[in-house]
Amino acid sequence: MARISIKVDGVEYADDVEPRTLLVYYLRDQVGKTGTVIGCDTSNCGSCTVHLDGTSVKSCTVLAVQADGHEVTTIEGLAKDGELHPMQQAFHENHALQCGFCTPGMVMQSIDLLRDNPSPTGEEVRHGLEGNLCRCTGYQNIVKAVLAAAESAPVRVGTAGGTL
Amino acid sequence: MIPVAFDYTAPSSVADAISALGSDSEEIKVLAGGQSLIPVLRLRLAAPTLLVDIGRIPELRGITDEGDAVVIGAMTTHAEVADSDLVKEHAGVLAKATETVADPQVRHRGTLGGSLVHADPAGDLPAPILALDAELVIAGADGERTVPAANFFHDMFATAVGDREILTKVRIPKHTGWGAHYEKFTRVAQQWSIVAVAATVKVDGGSISAAKVALTNMGATPIRATGVEQALLGRAAAGDTVKQAASSAAEGTNPPTDTNGDASYRRHLANVLTRRAVLAAAAS
Repeated sequence: MARISIKVDGVEYADDVEPRTLLVYYLRDQVGKTGTVIGCDTSNCGSCTVHLDGTSVKSCTVLAVQADGHEVTTIEGLAKDGELHPMQQAFHENHALQCGFCTPGMVMQSIDLLRDNPSPTGEEVRHGLEGNLCRCTGYQNIVKAVLAAAESAPVRVGTAGGTL
Repeated sequence: MIPVAFDYTAPSSVADAISALGSDSEEIKVLAGGQSLIPVLRLRLAAPTLLVDIGRIPELRGITDEGDAVVIGAMTTHAEVADSDLVKEHAGVLAKATETVADPQVRHRGTLGGSLVHADPAGDLPAPILALDAELVIAGADGERTVPAANFFHDMFATAVGDREILTKVRIPKHTGWGAHYEKFTRVAQQWSIVAVAATVKVDGGSISAAKVALTNMGATPIRATGVEQALLGRAAAGDTVKQAASSAAEGTNPPTDTNGDASYRRHLANVLTRRAVLAAAAS
């Protein structure tokens, strides 16, 4: 077992993990952040996307021990005082989900995308979400939501809160 | 999917990493950014007994200007390489190839050194490194040695880096003012290259005065298209002449046949993509 210290959604945790533990399993099973989901388990789908020190990563492709001493933000850390993050709000308003399984990863990657490029074109949004798959194929409204979020509050949207 | 159990150590210096690689653990693997190794571990295609994580060694990270060369630490991430003004200005074809690797999340974690030592034939970074005549610095128990890119890639997933060595940095001679393009052929998002071509050319007064072209996934290792390079010299950077020069791109290659295409299809692709890559490089 290895001892790790990680800040998750603003709270410090110190836990023993096996070195082989993937970050996504640590977040879900030990910290209880089940908002972060496992879609494919093959690094393709992006459903498990979280922010590690402010940039997006696939948490199925990071070992928990690699995150030792670092800060993680999950989908559960976005809303503040009962108010949705502007990106969550934009997904809600634009009906940017069908079954909803890819949504946590889509929202996290969309925030990263706007951090990198606050005023993207539709093409740039599609390119920036290349690592996230929606098996309902509901991409049209997802792109619409990201563009709407960029339009409404570009500076605030590009941060997950607390990490930047 | 859960990897087999292994021991883990995260040294903070190259010397400590080398000594960890010398331990008597049965099967030792080096962990860089993990974007190729962790999927392999999850599938249990590898079952190491010890993972040596070199991602926490500060001296392995960063991009520096060393006069006639740009030096990139092995643990510099793809995102950092693609975003670097130094790389864009002096080694443009590497920046362009790096932008096409996988997807943004993977580029945040994956590293240049990890990708080169993994040496996947369909990986996008070996070809530009070969085209740019880079030198690779390898550290081991006996100190450092430097290997030219032409001698670095030995076979599929095999390089000049030995079991008890690590790649520490990549030195790229500056190609300032050269046009550059990486032409990658895939059918779906985040797919490995079916074939890709790295081209960087110098254009003087409308004609090509120097050209370097390397191919991805046309054999077990990246391949320099030397016939094309020679045929381009002194020729106009225009459609017909470049097309003719590019028609020898597949000569001497031994591309794989798989579900994405057979060898003859890849040879055809190599010629077409070389023409596109050289024309785009000349125009950039």
